[in-house]
Amino acid sequence: MPSSTLFDKIWDDHIVQKECGRRALIWIDRHLVHEVTSPQAFDGLRSSKRRVRRPDLTFATVDHNVPTTDRSLPIEDPISRKQVEALERNCADFGITLFGLYNTRQGIVHVIGPELGITLPGLTIVCGDSHTSTHGAFGALALGVGTSEVEHVLATQCLWLEKPDSFEVRVDGALPRGVTAKDMILSIIGHIGVSGGKGSVIEYRGDAITSLTMEERMTICNMSIEGGARAGLVAPDETTFRYIEGRRYAPKGEALEEAKESWRDLKTAGNASFNKSVRLNASEMKPQVTWGTTPAMVTDVTGKVPHPEDFPEPEMRNAAGRALEYMGLEAGTEIQSIKLDRVFIGSCTNSRLPDLVAASRVVKGRKVAQGVRAMVVPGSQIVKYQAESQGLNRVFTDAGFEWRESGCSMCLGMNPDILAPRERCASTSNRNFEGRQGRDGRTHLVSPIMAAAAAIEGHFVDVREWNFKES
Amino acid sequence: MEPFNRYEGVVVPLNRANVDTDQIVPKQFLKLTQRTGFGKYLFYDWRFFEDGTPKNEFVLNQPRYKDGKILLTRSNFGCGSSREHAVWALTDYGFRVLIAPSYADIFYNNCFKNGVLPITASDRQIDELFEDVTAHYGYTLQVDLNNQTVTKPTGQVIQFMIDPFIKKCLLEGLDDISITLQHEQEIRSYEARLRPYQIVDVVRLK
Repeated sequence: MPSSTLFDKIWDDHIVQKECGRRALIWIDRHLVHEVTSPQAFDGLRSSKRRVRRPDLTFATVDHNVPTTDRSLPIEDPISRKQVEALERNCADFGITLFGLYNTRQGIVHVIGPELGITLPGLTIVCGDSHTSTHGAFGALALGVGTSEVEHVLATQCLWLEKPDSFEVRVDGALPRGVTAKDMILSIIGHIGVSGGKGSVIEYRGDAITSLTMEERMTICNMSIEGGARAGLVAPDETTFRYIEGRRYAPKGEALEEAKESWRDLKTAGNASFNKSVRLNASEMKPQVTWGTTPAMVTDVTGKVPHPEDFPEPEMRNAAGRALEYMGLEAGTEIQSIKLDRVFIGSCTNSRLPDLVAASRVVKGRKVAQGVRAMVVPGSQIVKYQAESQGLNRVFTDAGFEWRESGCSMCLGMNPDILAPRERCASTSNRNFEGRQGRDGRTHLVSPIMAAAAAIEGHFVDVREWNFKES
Repeated sequence: MEPFNRYEGVVVPLNRANVDTDQIVPKQFLKLTQRTGFGKYLFYDWRFFEDGTPKNEFVLNQPRYKDGKILLTRSNFGCGSSREHAVWALTDYGFRVLIAPSYADIFYNNCFKNGVLPITASDRQIDELFEDVTAHYGYTLQVDLNNQTVTKPTGQVIQFMIDPFIKKCLLEGLDDISITLQHEQEIRSYEARLRPYQIVDVVRLK
């Protein structure tokens, strides 16, 4: 029998029933639920008179459509309000723990899972959201699913899955100053393309990965889906264990020590082979800026908007041409000459405390450029509280940023935080699709420090040349 | 779920790669709490101006593709967000068959749960189909899931592959929750051997 990868080990450990071929019924350890992709699933349970099999392993929060303005005011949008209320009712009826709108632990589902110790190594985790891949940073197999699968997991705590392939993304070397985990994952996606990871689970390996903090690993795994992968993984290590210690739902004391013993086996065997491999070098990476309408349409901050004719395949040439038209950009434009109307620091990719700390160091003592509206949306109430205890809110508001309540906000614009048509935004989120942040809005994906520097100058700048304290 | 077997209809060509689910159904329509009624929002921003008037050049608004039932498109269709609303919008509009070189993984799974058949064909076959559809007004295809064939008006047949389990679910209109519940014994025996860290100690938290 061939030696196992980390992914093989987690997979084998969760097989409830093996079927023909690569299909298996897989046990799901944690199910995270939010207001947008769950109402139809709960209705399905009701109409077929089914219960939630393991409410103790199911956790819910409201994040996608909630306003990020004053929480003492009611939700103005009646349809959003209805969705939030539906989740409250569903959680009460089925006995599920809910971190509701007024809960001190509310936040983006992929921020609060890790923060509360719900996310642990070696688990299988699902959520009706594609960025569930975030939790792979802990060495958990974390999959985004649709609403029918949400209903299936609620009813059975299992999921039918076709075993994906394994894909090694190896990054060696060290990231230069001013180049972040966000730049690393954008570089990876630029390299493998938006469907490069299709049908696979990526394992991120190499020195450049093991030296990352948990928050940075989450940024990397979060965007695995933008490379088309089913999930992303990083093998758990001492960094992971240190993060987990003391978290609310994580094992404590002796139970934690026992768990660590099993988690230490969660690594790819030295002689295991992957279905596919790529290698990159972190020391050659530069700050990244997307210029188009997929996350793979990305280039270095020192670069230019490419010409559609630069692409060899006709499909990509057409797509690039359309993207430039949508983005209102001329081929050959210097990235650093692109002027901005809006800056958004937030989302499940980059709204954790270290993201906000890093951005605040760039912003400190400076002012947002005239004509730019900039916003910081912490990923959770806990992040917001911690940031405020360090005075980060003051650093941002003194500079002219808006400081908001936690939620998905302008990453997908389901709440009132959206771009106006043709407004151009530097965003720390994960998708620059047409209309993602608002109809005809133009999104450029960047790291938190790149977004912060762009807010100050009113256009993209090479943050490596800036004078700020990195840590 | 309605069983699927033979299907025939007008083909609509959507000549774009990497069509993401944000385009299939934009976020402002995700607030509905039912599964029906999403058809009018399908490809909304491509199909309508902001005031709701149709964009004539968009393929769904062209008279020759009215009542389209099969969507022909390019690679990595359905990428991005996991929103099943994308599939609900396609079915509600009237598409139960898609033909493309490839699909994004989550979207592909969502299709089967809603009785939609996403057919995968080679780049060459897709190129030919695009040529055929644009050359012939009212171009239709016949799809036979049992025999795994797509038949052109000329009688030419394209054979396609599909996972046998998925095929069975579609043909019989099976609800996979009830299939899973037949494995109650296996689920219980797995549950009985959960490792301590797989369990959430609710008692300790109280």
